[in-house]
Amino acid sequence: MLDFTSIVMTIAPELWLALAGLVGVLLGAVFGDRFNSFSFKFGALSLFGAAALAAIHLSGGESFGGLVRTNTFVNFAKVISFVLAGVALFMSESFLKRHETIRYEYALLTIFASLGMGIILSAADLMTLYMGIETLSLSSYVMAAFHRDSARSSEAGLKYFVLGALASGMLLYGASLVYGFSGTTSFAGIAASDMSNGTLFGMVLMIVGMAFKISAAPMHVWTPDVYEGAPTSVVAFFASAPKMASTVMFANVLFVVFGAAYDQWQLIIAIIAGLSMIIGALGALVQTNIKRLLGYSSIANVGYGLVAVAAGQEAGAAALLTFITIYAVTSLGLFAGVLAMRRRGGMVESISELGGLARTKPVLAVMLSVLIFSIAGLPPFGGFFGKYEVLRAGLDAGLMPLAILVVIASVISLGYYLRLIKIMWFDEPTERFENTDAPVMGTVVLSAVVAGIVFMVFISELGTGGWATYAASGLLR
Amino acid sequence: MGGFPILTVMTFLPLAGAFLVMLVRSATAGGKGNGGAEAGKTVLLAGVIISAATFAASVAAFATFDRDQAGYQLVEQYAWYGPISFKLGVDGLSLSLVLLTTFLTPICLLASWNSIEKRVTEYVIAFLVLETFMIGVFVSLDLVLFYIFFEAGLIPMFLIVGIWGGKDRVYAAFKFFLYTLIGSLLMLVAMVYMIIAAGSADFEVLEKFTFDPGVQTWLWLAFGASFAVKLPMWPVHTWLPDAHVQAPTAGSVILAGVLLKMGGYGFLRFSLPMFPDASAYFQPAMFALAVIAIVYTSLVAWRQTDMKKLIAYSSVAHMGFVTLGIFSFNETGVQGAIFQMLSHGIIASALFLIVGVVYDRMHTREIASYGGLVNRMPIYASFFMLFTMGNVGLPGTSGFVGELLTMVGGFQAATWAAAGAALGVIFSAVYMLTLYRRTVFGEITNPALAGIKDMNLIEWVCIAPLAALTLLFGFAPNLIFNFTDSSTLRILSMMAGGQ
Repeated sequence: MLDFTSIVMTIAPELWLALAGLVGVLLGAVFGDRFNSFSFKFGALSLFGAAALAAIHLSGGESFGGLVRTNTFVNFAKVISFVLAGVALFMSESFLKRHETIRYEYALLTIFASLGMGIILSAADLMTLYMGIETLSLSSYVMAAFHRDSARSSEAGLKYFVLGALASGMLLYGASLVYGFSGTTSFAGIAASDMSNGTLFGMVLMIVGMAFKISAAPMHVWTPDVYEGAPTSVVAFFASAPKMASTVMFANVLFVVFGAAYDQWQLIIAIIAGLSMIIGALGALVQTNIKRLLGYSSIANVGYGLVAVAAGQEAGAAALLTFITIYAVTSLGLFAGVLAMRRRGGMVESISELGGLARTKPVLAVMLSVLIFSIAGLPPFGGFFGKYEVLRAGLDAGLMPLAILVVIASVISLGYYLRLIKIMWFDEPTERFENTDAPVMGTVVLSAVVAGIVFMVFISELGTGGWATYAASGLLR
Repeated sequence: MGGFPILTVMTFLPLAGAFLVMLVRSATAGGKGNGGAEAGKTVLLAGVIISAATFAASVAAFATFDRDQAGYQLVEQYAWYGPISFKLGVDGLSLSLVLLTTFLTPICLLASWNSIEKRVTEYVIAFLVLETFMIGVFVSLDLVLFYIFFEAGLIPMFLIVGIWGGKDRVYAAFKFFLYTLIGSLLMLVAMVYMIIAAGSADFEVLEKFTFDPGVQTWLWLAFGASFAVKLPMWPVHTWLPDAHVQAPTAGSVILAGVLLKMGGYGFLRFSLPMFPDASAYFQPAMFALAVIAIVYTSLVAWRQTDMKKLIAYSSVAHMGFVTLGIFSFNETGVQGAIFQMLSHGIIASALFLIVGVVYDRMHTREIASYGGLVNRMPIYASFFMLFTMGNVGLPGTSGFVGELLTMVGGFQAATWAAAGAALGVIFSAVYMLTLYRRTVFGEITNPALAGIKDMNLIEWVCIAPLAALTLLFGFAPNLIFNFTDSSTLRILSMMAGGQ
């Protein structure tokens, strides 16, 4: 019964990250500021290593007496999240160096946040889940306030913390109700319980708490503010890796713990999805700050992803994985593009600053255009297949009204995506941006190629019927 | 040509060419400053050669095509994604539209020789990419593949209107994009529904699959929304005049020549064979919209002061005839509709080129600032006369055949519709002759016109082939009818089989 290798392998990515974090702390204590620059490579490598460990043991297993259980679904999300976090960390170094805020704590916080992502995905018990969420959240709060001399960054961190603490409280309250009524904190035990009204009440509170973490409406209000205020490299991280991990965690909890109450939560998720799509699309229309705009866009995209969650079943899970993977990759690329918007030593964030980018920096403009068209769900780019999957899952589950809402929100959101395209291609050039740092440019190009082209060409291997279905099949075992 | 993937090659040749142009340009643009007019001409020439090669490829496909055989030919199929396959194939209907596309694209690029001066490389790339998507729409035999090409085409067209367009180009580009998008996204929902219901995205499977009549109505409406915007039909036609007026000449040509035809193609390819009951149910409504389009937009065209806008409205009216012909559900009407699409593709394109000729010289499209052009530009006036007559539908031009047949077909289905459409023929004479008289005849009143030159060689090369085709198809319409006959009968038999 006690297969030691299996137990260790199940939590190997988290063990590895925890170890890497501690080693990092030691190195930081010994070398001080001399560790600053190296810490980013160290962190990125640790994250890639964790991704590899998760990939090796994709089928997952159980350990700590059922506190932790992994399957292909969550391991797939882990691999993607760790890789994205690693890339985000790698490209942050030059940004922080320019702002003279380069400190090894940044890399360590990313590692600990990723550790949190790993734990929430592996959790098979309410306690583990809460621990993971807090590890992720606390690291995130500090990262949002990382530019501690900047009022905006501090404000973002504080806002995120106060609202995040409220949401954690809700989640905890919900978890305690679920525990109280079902008599157990283990996922399997709750799933096997009779789903009394009290349990369902707790479930609703847990949904509220988790919806905050994935910035779904109506718990979304922090998103634009935090995205605007936090350092851009931090936002690039927020919008990719934790977004992917939390969304999959959300689906995992709903499917695994409350699978029997599908009929009860389906409508809640459908409403959250619809609200997120519409609020995200409408909110972004009037933004002039690119980070706020992308913040609203992420709210809308979470909405699309939740349509797949509301569709339920293995097909919905596969669609969610396909969609959110493409979204997270695209999102990282877009924020890398924002990192490239620097002029005379400072960052500019107004979307009008992109004016005439097609002429001043054609390669960057083409890549960003691919990313924007992809995130808008226009064929032939990868984002289209994400949206297609979501629509297919939604229609398969008979959610016609949500499908229509997806259409409406997509058309509205085209309004601001096209505005970005228009500014880059039609407007007269403004002053040229400074030369982009190689890691940042590399991230833009890489994510444009992956999200735009690779996902289009290899969608049959990656999407439904391919990896995504294989991953989602782990949910039901 | 056994097994040679001619359709794939033809479809992706322009895209490959666009990549080539991009690579070569980014390699040579290193020495800055020499990207001037000379380099621009070279790039344009490359574009013309690539699109001419594509035309050659489509002619090769035409040569291997067996016109007597119904159903899809030259089929290539590769498994792709779940129920979606990469499946290409043509019948008479789609191959004739492909030929129209590949024929017009080199002309468009050539016509831009003197009118496009800025960002030529991007221009050529946009056009070549657009050509791939346009061909793809007509040769796809898979729902999702069709949709990808159909909607992806919006991106290059958006850029063409928005970058190289006129004063209000941004407004026109947005309107074009959003109008078309809302229609096509509804179509996407319907497509996904069909794929789930039928378990396949293959046209040939879906044509045999019978949808429940109640479901058909909704599917028909979703597809119809997309095609009605694209065609365009009254009352969702308002994006067209804006887009036409603001687009550069070549953009207008492609819009009128090919993009509008996608709407008619869609009705013939999807609505009739796949939703026969719903098509029959909506026949009176479509007739009413067609007649309103013909009469109303003809009257609107009459009152225009901008030459391009006038032709744009006349396009809407002519597309009304296409709707009339398609929804008559008889061989005469459908054949007439296909003919009308091809004929309009030639004549309207030529008219936009004709407007472009004087626009390049005078930089205005106001009818009032012209007059007496015949004194200075006799050859131009002759060509203009030919295409005016073609647009009016004078016997001997291709415009006549299409209008006559759609009306005969319409008459067999609903007398009132044909009677209403006949008014449009009269009105088209009114507005086209008015346009011609006010721009070409009379004395030269605008002193700026005193030095205007007649057509140059490039304009000759662009316009003369279109003139030849207008006359050729006017005198020998059977060239097209023999070609599209079997696919028309096939569509109608599927339509009849469903009812």
